[in-house]
Amino acid sequence: MSIAITTQFICFTVLSLVVIIGALGVVLLESIVYSAFLLGGVFMSVAGLYLLLNASFVAAAQVLVYVGAVNVLIIFAIMLVNKKEDLKPINDIKSRRVISTSICLTLLSLLIRVDLTNVWRLSSPKNSIGEESTIRIGEHLFSDYLLPFEVASVLLLMAMIGAIVLARRDVMSKDISTGLPVDQELIEKSSEPLLTNKN
Amino acid sequence: MNLESIPLQAFLIVSSALFCIGIWGLLNSRNAVRVLMSIELMLNAVNINLMAFSSYIDNNLIQGQVFTIFVITVAAAEAAVGLAILLSLYRNRVTVDMESFNLLKW
Repeated sequence: MSIAITTQFICFTVLSLVVIIGALGVVLLESIVYSAFLLGGVFMSVAGLYLLLNASFVAAAQVLVYVGAVNVLIIFAIMLVNKKEDLKPINDIKSRRVISTSICLTLLSLLIRVDLTNVWRLSSPKNSIGEESTIRIGEHLFSDYLLPFEVASVLLLMAMIGAIVLARRDVMSKDISTGLPVDQELIEKSSEPLLTNKN
Repeated sequence: MNLESIPLQAFLIVSSALFCIGIWGLLNSRNAVRVLMSIELMLNAVNINLMAFSSYIDNNLIQGQVFTIFVITVAAAEAAVGLAILLSLYRNRVTVDMESFNLLKW
């Protein structure tokens, strides 16, 4: 990469701070809508980190797929299920928090220890293909990764059909028992929850 | 600082922190949408890891970038199916509280 090293350091520091603080905001903020928009910011910063790693194609794919598709999907889901509800208090919430936080901190310290103590065998920078990574990715996708590439297309088709089937609402034009036409507007409001909470 | 480039360890530490935040959110969220967001955070942490290794250790045959593309594909499919499941759950139980989805509890 042709950017000066000081600029790279500044960019890396800013981007990783945005990633970490944004991720903390995603899990800690009270309002789910703020979380969703912060998640978009985290995705954009991760794309910036990819640019620092000489991967312009993956950065573009990250912006298109994550910010453009996944984040919009999440915001739509929030819009569809965003009902104010009073959550039932859990009696042992405090011990749960303590246990989960300690598990996460232990895992974090373990991972950082591995990161810092392991001797990584870095390859020399002069072999780097740098900006030509897009060409190399294309070569990989159509030679040695051809089968996963085709399987991915089948997976996307299956996911699309599955999402449509799961999210579709079955609308009946006439009542099953009486045979009279159904008032379509009331389907959403009058339906009782199928599974009621037992306790 | 007289380094030639950003050390690999810096990227690894950022991705470890992001992964642990994702796990914390997964374990502690009451809202099901937030659980899905935490899963996306964890997938992004893994992607940063793959990209850093592909840039520092395998910088000629960047296979890590190809893996990242596949992970992004699977993550998009997962988000679509997950949110569809969430919608049909909401339609049946009129809540997104994770504590009320206890049908499989013994």
